[in-house]
Amino acid sequence: MSEMADEPGHPEGDPGVPPRDRDVIRRARIDESCRGPVMFFILTAVVWLLVGTVLAIVASVKMHSPEFLANLEPLTFGRVRPAHLNTVIYGWSSLAGIGVLLWLQARLCRAPLRFHRLLYGVGVLWNLAVAAGTIALLTTHFNSVEWLEFPVWTAATLGVGFLGVMVVSLDVFRRRTKHHIFVSQWYLFGAVFWFPILYVLANMMIHLGMASGIAQATANWWFAHNVLGIWFTPIGLAAAYYFIPKVLGRPIHSYYLSLLGFWTLALFYNWAGTHHLIGGPLPVWLTTVGTVASMMMFIPVVTVAINHHMTMVGHFQKLKYSPTLRFIVFGAMSYTLVSVQGSLMALRTVNETTHFTHYTVAHAHLGMYAFFTMAMFGSIYYLVPRLLGREWPSATLIRVHFWCTATGIFLYFSGLSWGGWRQGEMMNHDTVDFQAIVDYLIPFLWSRSFAGILMTVGHVAFAILLWKMWRGKEPTGEPALFPAKGAPKREEDSLHDRPPESKREESS
Amino acid sequence: MNRTAVLLAGVLLTVASSFVGLVVIPDWQLDPLAPVQAPDGTMQPQKPTGSVAEGRAIYSELGCIYCHSQQVRPREFGADQARGWGDRQTHPVDHIYDAPPLLGTMRTGPDLANIGARQPSRSWHHLHLFDPETTSPGSIMPPYRFLYDPVSRDGAGPPETALDLPGEFDDPDYWWVPTDRAEALVDYLLSLDHSYPIDDEL
Repeated sequence: MSEMADEPGHPEGDPGVPPRDRDVIRRARIDESCRGPVMFFILTAVVWLLVGTVLAIVASVKMHSPEFLANLEPLTFGRVRPAHLNTVIYGWSSLAGIGVLLWLQARLCRAPLRFHRLLYGVGVLWNLAVAAGTIALLTTHFNSVEWLEFPVWTAATLGVGFLGVMVVSLDVFRRRTKHHIFVSQWYLFGAVFWFPILYVLANMMIHLGMASGIAQATANWWFAHNVLGIWFTPIGLAAAYYFIPKVLGRPIHSYYLSLLGFWTLALFYNWAGTHHLIGGPLPVWLTTVGTVASMMMFIPVVTVAINHHMTMVGHFQKLKYSPTLRFIVFGAMSYTLVSVQGSLMALRTVNETTHFTHYTVAHAHLGMYAFFTMAMFGSIYYLVPRLLGREWPSATLIRVHFWCTATGIFLYFSGLSWGGWRQGEMMNHDTVDFQAIVDYLIPFLWSRSFAGILMTVGHVAFAILLWKMWRGKEPTGEPALFPAKGAPKREEDSLHDRPPESKREESS
Repeated sequence: MNRTAVLLAGVLLTVASSFVGLVVIPDWQLDPLAPVQAPDGTMQPQKPTGSVAEGRAIYSELGCIYCHSQQVRPREFGADQARGWGDRQTHPVDHIYDAPPLLGTMRTGPDLANIGARQPSRSWHHLHLFDPETTSPGSIMPPYRFLYDPVSRDGAGPPETALDLPGEFDDPDYWWVPTDRAEALVDYLLSLDHSYPIDDEL
């Protein structure tokens, strides 16, 4: 049944090799098959993370100090802001997401990744398209359609490129060596179909004019909400569903809760996007549908939260030494928070205050950063040592990365949430002068710039770590765990950052 | 769940249903909308042409929507109408010629759905774009000086279209003259007037 086991002389088929060693060898072979392409996606993703971070700081400073870099049109706020969004979404998040998705799928299918040249081609194409699209945003005409600002030729290139990711991930899925499909695989399988469908249809409806007037706005928010819900969220959840049990060495709490969580997410997330247009010029039934679907999102969110929490219960002390677990659990908790908050924001009474304010900006960063980006950091901490066969060179830098990004996003979120809520309240009282709202917000806008600088320090620490890993020659010995009392010694056969007492319970 | 066919069918059906529900049906429902006759006899809205269309493209590429909405909410919802941003809720008819509609999601600055009616002064808009502080002290809107050309003051008097910058903002070395892009952008802003009545309820 296994292609690999059929290979002559393969250790899996050799009765002389103990089963446990066979597992280790098989995993090492899969990691070997992922090394080049997955590292390419991750390394280029981090370049875009740095570019997107610089653009973020520039945009943030401009909001409280409008004379900053004011005389150059390419650096005007209205160009830098979409350039920031598109570089972090299509550069950092999508490229990191693809890398993690491919590795997870190969590991869970227990089959090596094929079509390396195709993947390198996709990676190069995708990077060139994002670069060209970003330059276009800074220098030429673009349509202000949030999340879809890239010119249509950039979008077409990204769409075609993604077909390669589909081919490779479905190829490895088809060659899976176990009949059972793991929870993480449902999400990854869904995501590779959902992204291209969303992206191609939304671009056709808007940029090729297949929908008109207000229907372009509903297409816009159908896409912009779903790209979070059924492209980034599935990858982030797949990572959480894989790494939490993996690092702890215990199975997911409930298979049936996972099943319920997956299907309700697929059903309800899809219909939630129109809550972005509450109060807007469209038939009321459309926004009502969005609000109802947003309320129904409590089902998948609560099931996933219970499932992850019950898996973690009794093992929270392991957050002390495992970088992977620390980032992933931070992400998983943020997922619960951002989803509950998002559902509440879809209520008309709440939306009346939060719509059109920085509260929404804070919410978006809680989703894309505190959840997704942190989950990707955690995944990368786990998989890069396995791909490159060496350990992270510095626990201190990992600690700098975690604490700067964690406190940074906490400060970002709390400052803009507070300021944004008050902004909405003041806006809804016509006796408050508009300029008074602007004046009130300025300290909060400064707090965002400060938070952004903290996050930048974290990103630089992360980039240095990855650079050292990539350039490193010698395999290093000890895993970079956070030193704590009773910190585990390295396990003999793997590079796992899990404690020695944990049971070996491979989910793949 | 081990059946790929079930998984694939579910994945495709969920996204297809929402696409039909949230994009195709609204497009079909709103497709028959047509301009309405305003009290002054004109048909509204009017399709942007010439410099208004150019100005709309400039509004888009300078990212104005990231701080300004163009949608007035219902009377009992928020204070949009009480602030004087419009006398009625924005209606799908207002956007039949907009591809894409520039509704916006942020109000770092005020709503602009009716800015042409609320602030009809051309020179105000030029001064405000050149440096928002000239007309709105404390504003955090970026200055759009790059939309204006400096002309040396060595020669004779000011060019006809030169900005009349107030006292402290006056530039002793240059006259500042709107470029074609600045004029088009102001043409577009002045065209934003959706004050004609629409009876239809949403």
